Amino acid sequence: MRKIINPCGFHCIKVNHLGVSFGDQVVLSDVNLHIHCGSLNAVIGKNGAGKSTLVRAMLNNIGHTGSIEFRDTKNGRMKKLKIGYVPQSVNIEKNTPVSVYDLLAGFESRYPVFLPKSRKVYERMKSSLRIFEAEDLIDKQVCNLSGGQLQRVLLSLAIMDEPNLLLLDEPVSGIDKNGMELFFQTMDYLKKHYDLAIILISHDLDYVAKYADHVVLLDQTVVKQGTVREVYGSPEFEEVFSAGNDERWIKEEKENA
Amino acid sequence: MPDWTSWLEYGFMKNALAAVIIITPLFGLMGTMIVNKKMAYFSDALGHSALTGIAAGVVFGVQNTSISMVVFAVIFALLLNKIAESSTAVDTIISVFSSCSVAVGLVILSKGGNFSRYSSILVGDVLSITKQEIGYLAVIFVVTVVFWFFGFNWLNSVCIHKALAGSKGIPVKLMDDIFAVLTALIVVLSIKWVGILIINALLILPAASARNISENMREYHFFSLLFALFSGVLGLVLSYYTSVATGPMIVILASVIYFATYFWGKHNQ
Repeated sequence: MRKIINPCGFHCIKVNHLGVSFGDQVVLSDVNLHIHCGSLNAVIGKNGAGKSTLVRAMLNNIGHTGSIEFRDTKNGRMKKLKIGYVPQSVNIEKNTPVSVYDLLAGFESRYPVFLPKSRKVYERMKSSLRIFEAEDLIDKQVCNLSGGQLQRVLLSLAIMDEPNLLLLDEPVSGIDKNGMELFFQTMDYLKKHYDLAIILISHDLDYVAKYADHVVLLDQTVVKQGTVREVYGSPEFEEVFSAGNDERWIKEEKENA
Repeated sequence: MPDWTSWLEYGFMKNALAAVIIITPLFGLMGTMIVNKKMAYFSDALGHSALTGIAAGVVFGVQNTSISMVVFAVIFALLLNKIAESSTAVDTIISVFSSCSVAVGLVILSKGGNFSRYSSILVGDVLSITKQEIGYLAVIFVVTVVFWFFGFNWLNSVCIHKALAGSKGIPVKLMDDIFAVLTALIVVLSIKWVGILIINALLILPAASARNISENMREYHFFSLLFALFSGVLGLVLSYYTSVATGPMIVILASVIYFATYFWGKHNQ
């Protein structure tokens, strides 16, 4: 992926009136977002608020109403939005004979991974891993990676074809406090040095407060959005995260651990 | 000293050898993905659907039951895929479909007490294969290899994470369907020679053995093909000298390899 000095700030992604229903059950309705390149946008909300559904809808993985636009504000032209997606985990269990090279090359190259490794493809995968200091992992078996290592591999995969938007679905599970700090620093580095916007679904309100440029509080729809100060100080935030909430309980659990 | 090449003097043994050399690597190849995608149950059900396919052929008066088997198995595979998409209890659904189709097949084929005519399909007989039928197998072999070269990366990606594959522009549903149809074709085209009862063992065992000792896709494919071919050819020769059915002999050898690799893999962890 091409490194730049500064994000241009002229690209924006607009989510207009997005809605998702499963049968009679409305999971999301009238979600409107406006996202600029070079910004870290955190989506927060309690469990079942529709955060993961939002990700799946943006990926066009499930049917939804409304639209997602990607626009160059300098000349007003519409472009095709390329999304780099980082899933929470992958479907690779213990003893699966898939190396990091196999994982990356399978997605990013047409050269069959069951043939002897192609030097060219190998170097390309390695240079992408290098951005996240993960090039030493290339020949490791994916099932033996730690949570943090797997995440760096998945990030390398996500940004390989120069996406305009990086979409991360609760990627911080299974990572310790140091790993978490490192992860948010990486996000910060990415948004400053690459021409992309980041949408991060997060459970960790403290890290969101420290790093996010824009916070979206989700509960079936966008209840409140704005800067960290605006959202965290709002009555809506208080309401979602006070009475009978599970997030704080999880947080306390983590702190006690 | 026994003459170890005497078995090749017979035409039927030459044909059988050619069939084994085509079928076993084909199974080894498909097995790698069937095992990774956890579709063992699915391919087993496809094998069972062959009975219904023959029965359907008998009912509709189709002379060549291979055709009715192929048609039925392809429909069966696509239907299973469709239902499995929207359900979580996939194993239950497959089991329902499988037992239902076996029952229907048995009812039709056993009508009038004639089932013994079809019982050979349960065990299979590779020694009765003709040159033309070897030709069919060769065609499906070439098709599979070509598909593997162009489609394996995508198949593997879909297996690893569907939404991620979709976000990279990979046609997830199409890949799943092609793979299911290909599995169906291979299973029904070789079922007469391998037999319903053991065809799944041949599909699963070489790949499962390779998985025990492999760390990446290259080792996985290499060992799966090697184990499949080795147990196939050796099984054929041994069955000739011991006068037992070929298919089961191959499966026994493949099982021995599985257990050996299982303990070898454990030992080296």
